Amino acid sequence: MAKAANQRVLPGFGLSLGYTLVYLSILILLPLGGMVLKTSSLGLGQIIDIATGDRALAAFRVTFGASAIAALINAVFGLIVAWILVRYSFPGKRLIDALVDLPFALPTAVAGITLATLYAGNGWVGRWLEPFGIKVAYTPWGIVVALTFIGLPFVVRTLQPVIEDIEPEVEEAAASLGASRWQTFSRVIFPAIGPALLTGATLAFSRAVGEYGSVIFIAGNMPLISEITPLLIISKLEQYDVLGATALAVVMLAISFVLLLAINALQWWAANRHRGEIQELPRP
Amino acid sequence: MKKIAAPLLTGLLALFATCAAPLARADVSLLNVSYDVARDVYKDYNPMFQKYWKAKTGENLELKQSHGGSSKQVRAVADGLEADVVTMNSATDVDFLADKGMVAKDYARKFPNNASPYTSTMVLIVRKGNPQGIKDWSDLARPGVQVILPHPKNTGNGRYSYLAAWGYALKQPGGNDRSAQEFVGRILKNAPLFAAGGRDATTTFMQRKIGDALATFESEAELIAKEFGRGEFEVVYPTLSIQTEFPVAVVEPVTAKKGTARQAQAYLDYLWSKEGQENAAQNYLRPRDTEILKKYAQFFPPIKTFTVDEVHGGWSKAFATHFKDGGTFDQIYQIK
Repeated sequence: MAKAANQRVLPGFGLSLGYTLVYLSILILLPLGGMVLKTSSLGLGQIIDIATGDRALAAFRVTFGASAIAALINAVFGLIVAWILVRYSFPGKRLIDALVDLPFALPTAVAGITLATLYAGNGWVGRWLEPFGIKVAYTPWGIVVALTFIGLPFVVRTLQPVIEDIEPEVEEAAASLGASRWQTFSRVIFPAIGPALLTGATLAFSRAVGEYGSVIFIAGNMPLISEITPLLIISKLEQYDVLGATALAVVMLAISFVLLLAINALQWWAANRHRGEIQELPRP
Repeated sequence: MKKIAAPLLTGLLALFATCAAPLARADVSLLNVSYDVARDVYKDYNPMFQKYWKAKTGENLELKQSHGGSSKQVRAVADGLEADVVTMNSATDVDFLADKGMVAKDYARKFPNNASPYTSTMVLIVRKGNPQGIKDWSDLARPGVQVILPHPKNTGNGRYSYLAAWGYALKQPGGNDRSAQEFVGRILKNAPLFAAGGRDATTTFMQRKIGDALATFESEAELIAKEFGRGEFEVVYPTLSIQTEFPVAVVEPVTAKKGTARQAQAYLDYLWSKEGQENAAQNYLRPRDTEILKKYAQFFPPIKTFTVDEVHGGWSKAFATHFKDGGTFDQIYQIK
């Protein structure tokens, strides 16, 4: 191991590892550790009580449910956007490419207020939906819209480099070997981009779970219907109940962690599924 | 271990080197930590006080403002934001600082009028011509009327509306806590959404045209007129409403440390001067000074009000009864 490290072209393993450890500790472990420590002054029973109240359960359902739906929507449409942006050239392509990043840059409150205005009953979009009895703003669907908005760049930006790596020749090869169009997509293209798609959707999902700023303006915030967990946390802070707020946050973090772990495991499984079948070419 | 310690140390040093930033210092300066919509009030007030203080003592004073959601602001002060004075929109926030020993326990008696230099009240905004014929809180409880208000549990504005409606119900013949809860519950059932904050509620009502009535501060009504024009809405004064107070306090540990106790006290005292009261009135906040109130009477129609102390036994009790987890608000939204 030490020998391998010494053979690197670029020096500085020690410094960069040190930087990484310190950086991650200060940035991530310290606040998260503090949070867990703070909750430890509550008993497990109390934490469970806080996390299993009617309001809290409803909020968990709304938060994770809306985030999952938003991530799925982004997975489908993000894939199409990424595919178009990589594979075709058309006028205005660069502009569209730049547009994709906007949800990253826009302050989330601005996004929330804009979306609420658009999807309200008299908004540009909402007025077309209202006659069909579809209400988006101030319902859980409004939350999905906001979360889809903020999650889009994650899927597109994760997929783009991977799609770039698949050369069109691969598709041609598949076609010349007699694969139908669907087979080319499902057996050649999709296995190659699948893991990246999962990563992108996971990123979008995790971002959505913690989102507060944009959701709050479009959700309607009705107890048991459209309250998200971050709102309940704010609500506890309004009562100066820091402990209760951290308890909710820790539970939310635990659920997210388990979900992310499960998705990672799925990804690992997907990546290794074919390992046995593929033989590496002997090196020349 | 040694192998890890060296890179750890270099990493740490490198990080500090990149983070170190020059720290600015001012001579005599006061920081006023305040709630969100007080921006306009203190934007006008600060230059007035600077001029007054310069004439009186010859001292040049720098005045800094910080605005934000009130409970976030006081938490920042408790966590070490060096505010000389706090000017808030509800006693719960200053009470919190009193509990933390940041302001005097009897802060409400350190200044006249419960330490609140001006007041406001909760009114109802309805559409032009008042198509639903909304005259009072009781009309908000009618089936089919839509009411817009900020989240009663999470925002000061929403809490005042909630307590106003509750107090109104209590004062009706035969009113008691049960009938009040039932009454407020009916109003909340008429709310299609809870806005994120006072301004968000205004936008939802005025711009997105949702709802028949908006409950908000009287001072907001005038700002709505400025923003959206008078032709769009009417202000309805209910027969009885709540008096909203805006308590101020000196943050004693900070002024003692900075040696700014004298300036901080004078800064708040001056709010009760003719100039300070007039500034409040010009920002549509009801001045305590009766002469000034009379001068601006066209902005402030007479209205019967009660205070949180009178009807709800003080803010801390009101908060515990209604807005804590499991309080009356949560009871209204329990799964049956």
